[in-house]
Amino acid sequence: MATVTFDKATRIYPGSTKPAVDAIDIEVADGEFLVLVGPSGCGKSTTLRMLAGLEEVNDGHIYIGDRDVTDVPPKDRDIAMVFQNYALYPHMTVAENMGFALKIQGVNKEERAQRVLEAAQLLDLEPYLGRKPKALSGGQRQRVAMGRAIVRQPQVFLMDEPLSNLDAKLRVQTRTQIASLQRRLGVTTVYVTHDQTEALTMGDRIAVLKDGVLQQVGTPRDLYESPSNVFVAGFIGSPAMNLFTTKIVSDGLQFGTGVAKVDRDVVASATGGTATVGIRPEDLQIKSSGEGLPVEVDVVEELGADGYLYGHAEVDGQRVDIVARVDGRKHPNAGEKIVVTPVPQHVHAFDSESGERLTKPVSAPAGV
Amino acid sequence: MTLVSIAGLPAAARGDLLGQFLEKFGLVIIGLAVFAAVIGLILFIADKAPKRGRDVIQLLLFVAPAVILLAVGLVYPAIRTAVLAFFDARGENFIGFDNFVWMFTQPTILTTILNTLVWVALVPTISTIVGMAYAIFIDKSKGEKVLKSIVFMPMAISFVGAGVIWTFVYAYKATGFEQTGILNQIVVWLGGEPQQWLLVPPWNTLFLIIVMIWIQTGFAMVLISAAIKGIPTEIVEAARLDGANPWQSFWNVTIPGIRGTLVVVVTTISIATLKVFDIVRAMTAGNFNTSVIANEMYTQAFRQGQFGQGAALALILFVMVLPIVIYNVRVLRKQREIR
Repeated sequence: MATVTFDKATRIYPGSTKPAVDAIDIEVADGEFLVLVGPSGCGKSTTLRMLAGLEEVNDGHIYIGDRDVTDVPPKDRDIAMVFQNYALYPHMTVAENMGFALKIQGVNKEERAQRVLEAAQLLDLEPYLGRKPKALSGGQRQRVAMGRAIVRQPQVFLMDEPLSNLDAKLRVQTRTQIASLQRRLGVTTVYVTHDQTEALTMGDRIAVLKDGVLQQVGTPRDLYESPSNVFVAGFIGSPAMNLFTTKIVSDGLQFGTGVAKVDRDVVASATGGTATVGIRPEDLQIKSSGEGLPVEVDVVEELGADGYLYGHAEVDGQRVDIVARVDGRKHPNAGEKIVVTPVPQHVHAFDSESGERLTKPVSAPAGV
Repeated sequence: MTLVSIAGLPAAARGDLLGQFLEKFGLVIIGLAVFAAVIGLILFIADKAPKRGRDVIQLLLFVAPAVILLAVGLVYPAIRTAVLAFFDARGENFIGFDNFVWMFTQPTILTTILNTLVWVALVPTISTIVGMAYAIFIDKSKGEKVLKSIVFMPMAISFVGAGVIWTFVYAYKATGFEQTGILNQIVVWLGGEPQQWLLVPPWNTLFLIIVMIWIQTGFAMVLISAAIKGIPTEIVEAARLDGANPWQSFWNVTIPGIRGTLVVVVTTISIATLKVFDIVRAMTAGNFNTSVIANEMYTQAFRQGQFGQGAALALILFVMVLPIVIYNVRVLRKQREIR
């Protein structure tokens, strides 16, 4: 077990001037489950591969525990990786796949078989030990890939979108299995995904990347409640946060005919007379009339217990799409005109130029 | 004959040649037209076939051309050769196994068979190993395409052409004269005596074998290189993370990953080597104990007029090739089950 530290780690691909990963600083605690998340091409996989040693580090350092592994070859880093397409050895049986690393280490046959069996029991793979990967389902292959990592008893697990090849239902199941398995084994884990739901449900902490630059690191709650910039605000949470630029008024931000209240000193630091306001769909209250932002309902998605209302409003002559969570049974219908107002303690404000957060971090609401 | 060279000839000859050219060209056109007409007719008939038994009629019509060509060009000659192997020189009297008895009692023929075995033992193994090593070392290197083309080039040269080229390489001039062969020139530069490379058995067979290896290495290299590139990068990376060094990764990931290709390469080269004829014919004509079965078959049947003995040699060659072909097919089928 060990900590993992990225110290200004940078990767510039040959023939490119822009770094794919730009001076990233992350510290992963011993036994922690850290999720790297971001849109495709944000450098999250490159970051993971740098830690694996499969990608060169052009600048900065990477430490596993106290050991500087920046220039250590992958085989000497004592890490195990689960690949997106599993990368199982096609000509080996499940048992041979799982025991390969031990065989290379020179572990004797009996101990190897014992450790493979233990891992197989943990993952319900016992009946398949003699099969070749070709004869397994996608979910079973995924578990073999996990087993191959577990058998090693490495210092760090690396997982590169291990669930993206599974169907939706299996993905949800496996998600919880991996998270609970990791907690049981207590092995430091770095997990890459583009799916923010996966990140929120699995990670102890989440690191959000965009264009090779680290945007924010924090617990799922941190990221959800106090995104540090517009990008994180829009990326984390589904459906995404409502974000639009609006005027700064005396006691807050212009919100249609009403005002979204924020601390005056917070807004004071904004450049220019405008700011970006951000409200999550569940933090919009719906009224039929009165002060607030007038919205025309386009469509309502019913999900049973609740639903999502998709509509549009006009702010300073610009069309703005608005999403609000509504009751699943009682909600306005498409074509209706309504007014929405924000729940006061859940208003996020960002600098309209830099996109940086202006409001103070929101503390957990009382009673939770 | 190209048009460019026609231009350099006197007018009369030019007209004559042009006429010939047009005549040949016309024949090609007519041939193609007849072919198209026949195919069209077959398709027409197949289309108009009565509903009942249409499947069978269509099947027969489409399969028939291939079957007929195979029967005339392959099956009949094969059977005829097999039968001839048990007849005398002119194919008139049945003589049982006499041709085979002759074969295995004649020292020259035994040498021929032994030579063929040496060829088939050395050429596929060395070509494949050298080709594979080359493919691995230049993989992902700069100028990979150029490096590949250089080694693949000999594949484009006919065996006879290769034989001629290497005859020059091995050319011998007595001591004191200027050497025309590069090999002897090198020997002289190194202070040695020029050698008659192709005259001294058993080494002369090895010098012929080098020519075949020179040709086949390119073939092996290109196929193996493609197979190596077909191994998913993640699997190689997984092996690196599992702690495998390059050597272990080679044996545990690369070799199993290209196994099917290796079998195809080795068997294909083996078959080509068993049938080798041109190189020996062009370089030594099988003299000085360098003959191989295919060359001996030709010599017996078409030089000496011993059709029975020639056919018997052909039959032996066939018997040697057959198991390799069967093995090849089996492995390919097995490979398909894994993939």
